[in-house]
Amino acid sequence: MWEWTKVAAFGVITLIAALAASWARDLAFQVHAVIIMLVSAGMFIWSVRQLDEEPAPQPTGYADSVIRYGVIATAFWGLAGFLVGVIIAFQLAFPALNFEFLQGFGNFGRLRPLHTSAVIFAFGGNALICTSFYIVQRTSAARLWGGNLGWFVFWGYNLFIVLAATGYLMGSTQSKEYAEPEWYVDIWLTIVWVAYLAVFVGTILKRKEPHIYVANWFFLAFIITIAMLHIVNNLSLPVSLLGSKSVQVFSGVQDAMTQWWYGHNAVGFFLTAGFLGMMYYFVPKQAEKPVFSYKLSIIHFWALIFLYIWAGPHHLHYTALPDWASTLGMVFSIVLWMPSWGGMINGLMTLSGAWDKIRTDPIIRMMVISLGFYGMSTFEGPMMSIRAVNSLSHYTDWTIGHVHSGALGWNGMITFSALYFLTPRLWGRASLYSLRMVNWHFWLATIGIILYAASMWVTGIMEGLMWREVDAQGFLVNSFADTVQAKFPMLVVRGLGGVLYLGGALIMCYNLWMTAFGKQQTAAVADDSAIPAE
Amino acid sequence: MDLYSLLRQLADSWGLLALFIFFLGVWVWAFRPGSRPLHDEAADVIFRHDDGPLEDDATNTNTRSEGQS
Repeated sequence: MWEWTKVAAFGVITLIAALAASWARDLAFQVHAVIIMLVSAGMFIWSVRQLDEEPAPQPTGYADSVIRYGVIATAFWGLAGFLVGVIIAFQLAFPALNFEFLQGFGNFGRLRPLHTSAVIFAFGGNALICTSFYIVQRTSAARLWGGNLGWFVFWGYNLFIVLAATGYLMGSTQSKEYAEPEWYVDIWLTIVWVAYLAVFVGTILKRKEPHIYVANWFFLAFIITIAMLHIVNNLSLPVSLLGSKSVQVFSGVQDAMTQWWYGHNAVGFFLTAGFLGMMYYFVPKQAEKPVFSYKLSIIHFWALIFLYIWAGPHHLHYTALPDWASTLGMVFSIVLWMPSWGGMINGLMTLSGAWDKIRTDPIIRMMVISLGFYGMSTFEGPMMSIRAVNSLSHYTDWTIGHVHSGALGWNGMITFSALYFLTPRLWGRASLYSLRMVNWHFWLATIGIILYAASMWVTGIMEGLMWREVDAQGFLVNSFADTVQAKFPMLVVRGLGGVLYLGGALIMCYNLWMTAFGKQQTAAVADDSAIPAE
Repeated sequence: MDLYSLLRQLADSWGLLALFIFFLGVWVWAFRPGSRPLHDEAADVIFRHDDGPLEDDATNTNTRSEGQS
């Protein structure tokens, strides 16, 4: 019965999508309707072919196939996101790269949200979904709950990404940073996210261990908070059910505050809490030592989630937002420094007694530098949230540098080390194809981040100082174009840093591919395992 | 009283106090006497079930994870 219901549902969705495609009021909606029609038609054919199949025996063991797909998707979207990042970095340095024939599709304004969403939601999101599925099963000693629901989460989330990414290129955006997708894509993500929550909580509920391991607490906070943020920040009314345009329910400063309550907690719960869940599993596993202090991890968790939710108003200093609100955001941002560093110390001190692993194990080295960048950017962030500092840093490239030291350094590096950890285990290999390549990846990525962050500090502070420079009569000395001209060398250096980071990721993908699908070279790998530290 | 003022007043009085007490409670709970062996046990969970889930019938034969694709 369920099989026939699925066939009928896919048929109806295909039909509705075909009608929507022909009646669509704008290009983005039309293309999306065609995508949905094709996906649904494919699912229709697939489920018809499944009808005569004998039902497969109830699978046992951990549900790892969906995690394997997640690892591949993470690596793929990482490359895509980094590549678009490099392209737009050079578009800023050399505006001629905004080619005339690509106007309206491939210019900076269209590619920029594609880059941010590809790295945060596609690369980071797939990494979070697959690592959370891996971790929750192994720390609960239970198979993933919900049967094929895990597959629905994976494919549904990636369909969301395809819809969002293609939409940006065609100008389908509600102009909210990190929440650009339009109303129907938001609704789809909500459905997928509820399924994700159900799979995750379902697995925790049937756990065989009495205690819920701390990594799962962080993942759970991430999933629940993102659901809340996503729904509230995307309250909008579509202009037409056959068009992509919608109108926000909030307006003015209320809308701005809602947006940055969302925006900063996307950083706090998507890019921090979720990735801390990864950290609390993969760092102790790779170090083969339990976490430094389990008590500290409990305090860390509650302090982090109690404080982060208030920090958003620091994005709105010197705006129509009341002073008390932006002061509140600033104070909480500064207090937030403490749990952030508590978490960093907990991760780093896990290695106490095994410090030699930093020299001999490039994956541990990657985790350590990731925690280092976490500590650095969570020090820089509170500092930049102080109103006086913000008056210099806001709207300059310093902010961009700050975001990238967190995203490339913390999120990127911890994800790479998780991928290096997972791939041999998921494909049943004795070890990685090459540890020497991990070492190359480490240095390329690290030098790339340093070039990126340093050039953005220089150009950001320079820009901020130039904007506020006045002469003896009180007139502004520099025009905006003067700052653009002065920034040129730093913008080129930033692009080169991105090239190095992308190059490291390419090496990683080759390495992971050869580990999973290439001929095994276990003997050669063993020789590489004690590379001296540079 | 309008909703804004009500929430504003709640946020910097009872709400603040409740959240703060809850947070202090977390500290007390984490450092309560006798929690160390429990926490050591919990921190060790990541090393226990690499091969497969524990089955309900407790036959102690952990099934291997799904076949390789």
